[in-house]
Amino acid sequence: MTSPLEQKTRITGPVVVTANRLGDGAVVYRTLDGHWTTHLAQAAVVTTAPAASELLAGAVADDLGAVGAYVAPVRLNKDGGVQPGNLRESIRHSGPTIDLPGILGF
Amino acid sequence: MLLVRGGRVVADRYLRVLDDAPIPDSVPVIIPAARFLADAAELARREAPTGVLWPNNRRISELVPHLDRVALVALAFPTFKDGRAYSQARQLREQYGFRGELRATGNVLRDQFLFLVRAGFDSFEVTKDADAAAFAEAVGRFSVFYQPAGDRRAPALRARLQHARPSVADAHERV
Amino acid sequence: MYLYDDFDRTLVAERVAEFRDQVRRRLSGELSEDEFKLLRLMNGVYLQLHAYMLRIAIPYGTLSSQQLRTLGHVARRYDRNYGHFTTRQNIQFNWIKLEELPDAMADLARAGLHGMQTSGNCVRNITTDQWAAVAPDEIEDPRIWAEILRQHLTLHPEFSFLPRKFKIAVTAAAHDRAAVRVHDIGLRLHSNGSGEVGFEVVVGGGLGRTPFVGKTIKPFLPKRDLLSYVEAILRVYNQFGRRDNIYKARIKILVHDLGAEAFAKEVDAEWQPIRDGALALDPALIAEVTARFRYPDYAELDDNPSEVAQARASDRRFANWLGNSVANHKVSGHAIVTLSLKPEGGPPGDATAEQMDAIADLADRYSFGEIRVGHEQNLVLPHVEQRELPALWRALDKVGVATPNIGLVSDIISCPGLDYCSLANTRSIPVAQELTRRFRDLDLARDLGRLHINISGCINACGHHHVGHIGLLGVEKNGEEYFQVTIGGRADENAELGALVGPAVPYAEVADVVEDIVAAYLELRERPNEIFLDTVKRVGVEPFKERVYAAR
Repeated sequence: MTSPLEQKTRITGPVVVTANRLGDGAVVYRTLDGHWTTHLAQAAVVTTAPAASELLAGAVADDLGAVGAYVAPVRLNKDGGVQPGNLRESIRHSGPTIDLPGILGF
Repeated sequence: MLLVRGGRVVADRYLRVLDDAPIPDSVPVIIPAARFLADAAELARREAPTGVLWPNNRRISELVPHLDRVALVALAFPTFKDGRAYSQARQLREQYGFRGELRATGNVLRDQFLFLVRAGFDSFEVTKDADAAAFAEAVGRFSVFYQPAGDRRAPALRARLQHARPSVADAHERV
Repeated sequence: MYLYDDFDRTLVAERVAEFRDQVRRRLSGELSEDEFKLLRLMNGVYLQLHAYMLRIAIPYGTLSSQQLRTLGHVARRYDRNYGHFTTRQNIQFNWIKLEELPDAMADLARAGLHGMQTSGNCVRNITTDQWAAVAPDEIEDPRIWAEILRQHLTLHPEFSFLPRKFKIAVTAAAHDRAAVRVHDIGLRLHSNGSGEVGFEVVVGGGLGRTPFVGKTIKPFLPKRDLLSYVEAILRVYNQFGRRDNIYKARIKILVHDLGAEAFAKEVDAEWQPIRDGALALDPALIAEVTARFRYPDYAELDDNPSEVAQARASDRRFANWLGNSVANHKVSGHAIVTLSLKPEGGPPGDATAEQMDAIADLADRYSFGEIRVGHEQNLVLPHVEQRELPALWRALDKVGVATPNIGLVSDIISCPGLDYCSLANTRSIPVAQELTRRFRDLDLARDLGRLHINISGCINACGHHHVGHIGLLGVEKNGEEYFQVTIGGRADENAELGALVGPAVPYAEVADVVEDIVAAYLELRERPNEIFLDTVKRVGVEPFKERVYAAR
């Protein structure tokens, strides 16, 4: 999972635009109406390079809402639901794959 | 782009002359380095002040033989992240004793003002107008410095030895 | 430990005020992200996968108990109740909000803590031996010099926009516990033939994409010249380090391209005009800084008190811990105690807020209120009376930091990896956790002896995998997690980079591969006390390669 910030834009399937919210760093996704949402289900999903570029351009310009925007792959379920498209995006979506120490105590 | 000098926005009395344009006689001018060096002898005969725009990837030592004939050196920050001109400035001020105007040009932003002043710059072509207005506030942000630099302020190490401690607000107050 | 005065406190407070204003201007849109990013990095604020991450400097790894409590407070108040100690003696909090950062920084500033220059293209936290001032093999306290350098290089107007990050380490002992030969500048305090103490100056070491062991450009630099010489090195780097390619921008590339001799000449040319100027360190200045380091008023005690002998004879668990986690102290009757942050199944180097509070209390009671942070991501209580060891051990055991695995196979050094870090190719923490489970048998771990496993989730090498006895480097192949495996690296005075064992292995198999390497070592070692590193040196990589890849 090479940092997508270093990749050339290449669309091989459905994608969303994702970033981190400015104020608190939370993972967010770009919506069709030009906002940011923490819910992947509400993210704009596009399937062509021009659409992705346009979505990304709007996201990058909105650096007061969120920062570090890039194009990320998603997978579409049979029922139309959207899932993260690789391990990195799964981790961003659902959190670290490990238990956080705070709950372990001693 | 506004010029700040002496802590405030001022008019620029220097004319920036590009590579092929004629150099007016009785006006202070800033000339690119290559041209300055090529025409050094001729320029030395000028009566009005001469300034040179020196690139940040060229050794200051090449300018040194001409320093006594230069009233202003303009150094370059192609982006604010490119800090080569800070070294050039300190060499000019501290090693070669340059006393003329030392100007920061290029991507000059508010959050670098104090570093620039400490490195020895005394005039600034400020990228954003709002930053120019905030110059005095920006350079007043810190009252303590650990190291000696081109601005001749006493560094903390030395000041401690002299027991000259600044009075400070209660460290427990919320900053 | 070093005591802050008005100067230090004022500087940190002013920096917090400046950052508060910068955050305000960012949130209002006055500053773009491109303008703000480097400013926040210079205060230790990263943007990671899930949230902002705050990296706080622990200068030369020394913490007071009050400072450790403050870290616990920050973990509770602003984060998710835990922190992560790093390979550069810093601590990281992974869930901080930008909006709350100025308040968190103000709380830290009150304890003399900050994130200044823990990121960005400036000089980073200067690290040293976590046993400074208490190690028997030390010539003098290296932290004095780390502090002199720290002050000089903090908010230095000329060196705040270098081509790239800059890391300095200092050692003063025969055995280098600070890995100075793989730093941008490594300083080794030693005595010359005439009994004078000065610095060997090593430049251009580093890990990452193009790892190098540093080159000595000055075998002996008098103390007086330390600041001016370091200034000259930085001035050369600032002017001539590459700025066109971030992967070629470290000083190690410049030293390699010019050659050590030509580089040393450039440094000398910059140094001559300044060596006798304001940066010359006179004895009064050095004494002033030294005077602000407080050393404990040790009691006069004998070694091997009966309390220890009795406990060792009657409690096997205590005996194991004593033999593993307790090291000789230069003052008789005292001991250096290492606290393992590598429990079985735990993420390496993490501590909860509760643990931080408990350790702070124990430091007050048993260690003159002082704690150290090591680059192997464990903590140290440096001033413990030997007669207190049984009581201390019972308390540490309750806190969960007494696993007797220091320096052993399960004392794994790992970066945060893809679970947290936006630069990573692979996860690293779950691999470390699995390995601690595979090697949970402490008898086996003791039998294996000293064995350092280092895991990096990407080529940036924050886990120092190049210098691991076994090094794991996370790479991506076809969208899947893989690891390159190296063996035979070491970070000490004989620093060496590890050699590849074979083709990269998939994530699901990497723990098996490590087990196979260990099995191969057991088979190949000449005698039980030949450590892994020496076996690799003796037989080379081939025998390991054969055994590990035979069935793959």
